[in-house]
Amino acid sequence: MADRKLIDARGSFCPGPLMELIAAMKMVPVGDELEVLSSDRGSASEIPQWLKKAGHEHLGTSEEGGVWHIRVRRAR
Amino acid sequence: MKILIVGGGMGGTILANNLARRLKAEIKAGTVQVEMLSASDKHAYLPGLLYVALGRMAPAELYRDQASLLEPGIAFSVDPVTEFDLDTNQVKTRGGRTVGYDFLAIATGSRIWPESIPGLAENAEFFYTEETAVKMLGRLREFQGGKVVVAVGVPHKCPMAPLEITFMLDDWFRERGMRDKVELHYTYPIGRTHSLENVAKWATPEMERRGITYETFFNLKEVDGARKVLKSEEGGETSYDLLVSIPAHKGMAVIEENKLGQNGWIPTDRESLKMQGRENVFVLGDTTNLPISKAGSTAHFEAEVIGENLAAIARRGAPVRRYDGKVFCFIEAGSDRATYAMFTYTQPPDPREPTRAIHWFKLAYNQLYWASARGLL
Repeated sequence: MADRKLIDARGSFCPGPLMELIAAMKMVPVGDELEVLSSDRGSASEIPQWLKKAGHEHLGTSEEGGVWHIRVRRAR
Repeated sequence: MKILIVGGGMGGTILANNLARRLKAEIKAGTVQVEMLSASDKHAYLPGLLYVALGRMAPAELYRDQASLLEPGIAFSVDPVTEFDLDTNQVKTRGGRTVGYDFLAIATGSRIWPESIPGLAENAEFFYTEETAVKMLGRLREFQGGKVVVAVGVPHKCPMAPLEITFMLDDWFRERGMRDKVELHYTYPIGRTHSLENVAKWATPEMERRGITYETFFNLKEVDGARKVLKSEEGGETSYDLLVSIPAHKGMAVIEENKLGQNGWIPTDRESLKMQGRENVFVLGDTTNLPISKAGSTAHFEAEVIGENLAAIARRGAPVRRYDGKVFCFIEAGSDRATYAMFTYTQPPDPREPTRAIHWFKLAYNQLYWASARGLL
């Protein structure tokens, strides 16, 4: 999707990819998609866990060269 | 070559002094000019506000005259920028001046944004401004017991602040013999007690040892001041008698007004620290949109890289260093012990057990900061 907002959180130990996503999620309207780039393997489980709790949508995760691409949609 | 620095906080000041020292001969010869435009004639040591809120520093200790911190040769004006025209390499100021440059460094910083959460500004205590820190101290002095909740907004400045204020509050109540009358409850936005995994590994058992309860995946949604209840985006709800918040932050209004970056954060290249799409504009400190800690040390290390690179450009026409994401944060672990976390884009931190020695070093740094701002440390 061409207009998916990219959050480049590679190398982010603090605040970390999930915190970057939480901040970015507040800045986009409901329905928008975002893609988080993370070099932390833990993001692949931590981010979907938060999405579920917060009621947002997990569109998919893929890994390429040690970078996890996690695609999400703001659902509410 | 004219270098213009916008912002007289930690990053802008360290950069200006770094440049003035490196390019002393060129400035004296008139081939390089360094100018700073700031919104204030005072320089504030903002990390000291945590101590003000707990009565351990006086507000007056946090300020110096900005001009007194700057090396000779730096042109300094209290005249904040209102307009950036990056295509013509000039800015306009509130005082009506138009100032041109060859290289621009933007270090305007950030501000608290409690208004982003309904009810938060009216019902919570903060320690991110002098006024709110002094007010918080007053509330603490009057507090007779009940449930104290620490709530954290995203993004926020000083990533260690949530833990520091929690452990320091715990000691505040213990030292006054009233810890048994206080329920201390810590909330945090992600699934552990701190964003740094190794820090969370230390902090979680420390909270348990101190009898501090905690709740993770708790992102502020609203504060119901009438019912004294805090609600989270994840559906959580917790009551409070005293609410202490590390509020969300945003960049300065002038950045948003000039459409340089959403919410006041300027898109910045993580290694060159240049504004994305601009070869002669650098960004440092809280103003960047980089996924790293908004902390004084970040601004400090970035200022050193930009200073070295601008000096190299002035002398040899090309930069020589890349920023590696270095951050150093002290972590106060109560009223008399501290540790620290140091990390880069590729190296995670490995904090040691808190000691009294690190705590005393942190207190010493609260004074040494003025040497740091002058570019001496």
